Amino acid sequence: MYRGQSGMWSWLLHRITGLGVLLFLLIHVVDIGLLNFGSKVYNEGISLFGTAAVRVLSMALIGGLLYHSFNGVRIILIDFWPKGARYQGVMFAIVMALTIVSFLPMAYFVMGPVFGWPTGNLRGGA
Amino acid sequence: MNVLMRIRRFDPDKDNKPYWDEFRVEMDPIDRLLDALNTVKWTMDGTLTYRRSCAHGVCGSDAMRINGRNRLACKVLIRDIGNKVTIEPMLGYPVLRDLVVDMDAFFDKYKSIKPYLITTDSEPGTERLQSPEERARYDEGTKCILCGACTGSCPSVWGNPDWVGPATIVNAHRFIFDSRDQGGADRLAILGQRNGVWRCRTIFNCADACPRGIPVTELIEQVKRAIVYGGDTKVE
Ligand code: SF4
Ligand code: FES
Repeated sequence: MYRGQSGMWSWLLHRITGLGVLLFLLIHVVDIGLLNFGSKVYNEGISLFGTAAVRVLSMALIGGLLYHSFNGVRIILIDFWPKGARYQGVMFAIVMALTIVSFLPMAYFVMGPVFGWPTGNLRGGA
Repeated sequence: MNVLMRIRRFDPDKDNKPYWDEFRVEMDPIDRLLDALNTVKWTMDGTLTYRRSCAHGVCGSDAMRINGRNRLACKVLIRDIGNKVTIEPMLGYPVLRDLVVDMDAFFDKYKSIKPYLITTDSEPGTERLQSPEERARYDEGTKCILCGACTGSCPSVWGNPDWVGPATIVNAHRFIFDSRDQGGADRLAILGQRNGVWRCRTIFNCADACPRGIPVTELIEQVKRAIVYGGDTKVE
């Protein structure tokens, strides 16, 4: 084991979330593909996304996507902004903060229907 | 100060696989970890094997994994590691014995970027003059002692031993950005290949590991930009 610091964890997390998002993309191809079998099959398939278990997975997807996007910007800045490498640690902290701050409200709306929290008419999939 | 040293050991003549060995030594807080290794070797177990030479952070021979991070044993103070320390050989190099790793491939990669002054002009009658700004441009790279700590800390190297690794790029940088040198285009062409700079994923383990405080990743990024943008590398 090597005890890397924020740079190493950010890279590992970027890889893992990248693979996770790719996996979702494959699932997404399948669920959209259900349309080929008519609206009934599609609606039944898609209703899975309303279940509590899949909602938890959706949260992982949202968190992963948010991190991957924000950290992607960080990597672009490291590559193209001459001072980027010097501020990578600070930028990592900002990436984490942005990820959490944008994740929380989304998580509220995704999990709301499961716990009966008020979500206006954003009932998503229910 | 009583220090428990856990050392990863391996003797290819005797052992099938590496194992942990433990020693207790009594050290002064301002002794260096190298002193503790010497105490073990000289008074407890003469078969313990590691490289060291200068003992002053100059020769670069005693890079090893200390509490999970690549460091020079001669630059780590006992008071900074406390009562317990784990010492392992660096990752990314074949282990020859105990803490000694095979650095042949490391030096072959180093040589591949032509780490010497290349000029095509005819010899100047006097010295090759350079302004303080031009000298400062490549200053960081001149501090490298080729200890290999950066290369051994890099996950891209662990995953692909053929990759040139950070130390090679630091030493290429030292000449690419030197106003007196004219071999920059050659070196950029070498580093622009598949196993050149592009396998750097900006993980920054190298910059943390460097005992000379060289901002290794930053230099690698400068070389990447020099390849992408071309142009004059003598100014940025
Ligand atoms: S750049 Fe630093 S860590 Fe890498 S070989 Fe040179 S001195 Fe050692
Ligand atoms: S023994 Fe020379 S650098 Fe540590």
